[in-house]
Amino acid sequence: MKLAHGIIALKGIIKRELWRFLRQRERFIASLVRPLVWLFVFAAGFRSTLGIAIIPPYETYILYEVYIAAGLIGMIQLFNGMQSSLSMVYDREMGSMKTLLVSPLPRWFLLTGKLLAGTFVSIMQAYAFLLIAWFYDIQAPWLGYVTLLPALILAGLMLGALGMLLSSFIKQLENFAGVMNFVIFPMFFMSTALYPLWKIKESSELLHTLASYNPFSQAVELIRFALYGQFNLYAFLYTLAAFVIFMAVAVWGYNPSKGMMVKKGGGPS
Amino acid sequence: MFKNIIAALCLSALASLAIADTLYITLEKDNALAVVDGESGTLLKTAPLGQRPRGIALSKDETQLYVAASDDDTIQIIDVATLKVVGDLPSGEDPETFRLHKNGKYIYVSNEDDDIVTVIDVDSKQAIKEIAVGVEPEGIAVSDDGKWVVNTSETTNMVHWIDPVSNTIKANTLVDPRPRAAAFSTNSQTLYVTSEIAGSLSKLNVASTKVESKLHFKIQGVDKELIQPVGVLVHPNDKLLFVALGPANRVAVVNMETFEVEKYLLVGQRVWNLAFSPDLKRLYTTNGVSNDISIIDVDDLKVTKSVRVGHYPWGIVVKK
Repeated sequence: MKLAHGIIALKGIIKRELWRFLRQRERFIASLVRPLVWLFVFAAGFRSTLGIAIIPPYETYILYEVYIAAGLIGMIQLFNGMQSSLSMVYDREMGSMKTLLVSPLPRWFLLTGKLLAGTFVSIMQAYAFLLIAWFYDIQAPWLGYVTLLPALILAGLMLGALGMLLSSFIKQLENFAGVMNFVIFPMFFMSTALYPLWKIKESSELLHTLASYNPFSQAVELIRFALYGQFNLYAFLYTLAAFVIFMAVAVWGYNPSKGMMVKKGGGPS
Repeated sequence: MFKNIIAALCLSALASLAIADTLYITLEKDNALAVVDGESGTLLKTAPLGQRPRGIALSKDETQLYVAASDDDTIQIIDVATLKVVGDLPSGEDPETFRLHKNGKYIYVSNEDDDIVTVIDVDSKQAIKEIAVGVEPEGIAVSDDGKWVVNTSETTNMVHWIDPVSNTIKANTLVDPRPRAAAFSTNSQTLYVTSEIAGSLSKLNVASTKVESKLHFKIQGVDKELIQPVGVLVHPNDKLLFVALGPANRVAVVNMETFEVEKYLLVGQRVWNLAFSPDLKRLYTTNGVSNDISIIDVDDLKVTKSVRVGHYPWGIVVKK
C-alpha cells in the first residue's frame, strides 16, 4: 500500500462520513437531544442521590448532573459507535460496502478509516454537548477540555470498533433493534455512567462486578478523569485493550474468506 | 515601553498569587484544634483542647487563640506558636459563640443556659459584666466601627443591641424564629441576622434597629425543612455576603445590593461557620457532619476542594 493511496482513501472515507453526518441535521440534533434530556430531566430528579462520598477525580461535593455529564459523553460515543455499525449494515445492504472492501487497500486500513471518521463525528457531538452543559453550570477546568480530546479519541475508537464488530454479525438492518436491547442498554445501565461503583455495590454485588468489567465503564472513567485534567491509567489500559480486541475481531469478521461475512453469505463477491 | 510591559506582567503575576494562610479549626467531637494550610487544604497537625471546643478567635496581635471549651465552661488561651494552652478566661457556663471587640480588649460571650452575655476583660482575665438577654443567647457580632455589639437569642427570637461603652442593652428587635448568627456590613450601617427555623435572613437598619427586609432561601430539589441558615459572613467590599445553610449543605451567595441570592454552592454536610482567607480569594466553610471543610474560590464562586480535618469541625479562624 502506498502512503498516497492510503491518504486518498482515508480522506474519501472521512469525507463521506462527514458529508453524511452534515446532511443529516436531524441526526446531529438527535445525538444531542438524547444526552440533554438525560441531563435536564433525568439528572434533575436525582440531584441528591450521590450521598456524601467524594470520589476521584472530583475534589469536592458535586451535584448529580456534574457526575452524569461524563457518562452522557460516553453515551454520545456509544450511540455514535452503534450508529456507525447501523450505517455499515445499511452500506452492506445497499452495496456501497462492496465498493469499499474491494479496493486494493488492506481491509484493516479501510475499517480503521471508517472508524476514525465515526470517532471524529462523535468528538464533535461530545464538545457540542459540553458547550451546552457549560451554560447549565457544568464546568470543568479549562485544561480539562484539552486533556479530554485524547480520551475521546480512544473511547470513540473502542466503541466504534465494538459497533463495527457487531455490524459484522448483523445480517439485516431489522436486526439492529436487538443491538439496542442486548448491547446498548445493558452496556449503558450496567456501567459507571449513571452511578459510581461504590453506589452500585450498595445495591448489588453482581451488578458491581458487571459494571467493573464493562469496557464502557472504563471508557467513561477515562473520559471523567480526562475532563478534570487527570489520567486514569487503569481505565486507559482497559479501554485500549478492549479497542484492540474489538478491532481485531471486527477485521476478522469482515474478512471474506474467514469471517462472519462469508458465513452469512454477505461478503463481497 | 518593553520594560513597562514586563513590570506590568510581573505585578499582575504577583497579584494573582494567593497569600499563604493558616486555618485554625475547632473539632467539637475530637476535643482538638486542627491546623490546615489554606492554600493547599492540607491538614498540618492537630493539638488537644478542652472539652467540646466550638467558638474560636485570634487575639488582636494574632499571637494567641481564644477557644470556647463549652463543656469545660471556659475560654482557653492557646499560644499560636506552640499550640499549647497557656491560660483561661472566665467565660461563664457553656460558652459557644463569642466575639472579640475591635479594640481587642473585651470578649463578649453567649451563655446559652444562663440567658446572659458575659463580658470579659482580656488583659485582666476577669469577667467584668453579665448582661441579661433573651432565652438561649447564641449569635454575637461586633460592628466594625466598634459602636455596637449585638446578641441573638434563639428562643426569644430577638436581637439585643448592646452599647459596648456601658455594656447595657439599648434596644431589642424581634426577628424570625431561632436567630442563630449575625454580621454587620463593613460600613456598620446594616446588620444581617440568620433565622434557622424560618430559613430566612433579616436585614436590619442599624440606625433605626428595625428590620428592613427579609430573604427566604429556596433551593430546587432540597426540602424546605433542611434549609437552616446559620453562619453569615459579609465580604469586606459590602457587595456580597455568604450564608451557611446547615443541613441543606449549601452556602448561599447573596447580593447585598439587590438582597437576592446569586448562587447556591454545594459544600459538605451541616455547614456552619465561615471565614475568608486574608487576601479574600478563598472562603472556608466548616462542615460538621461530613467532618471536613470546603474551600470556595470567591472570584469564581466555585467550590474547589473539600478536605477532611477531623470530627465535627465547628469554629474557624484564619491567620496570615
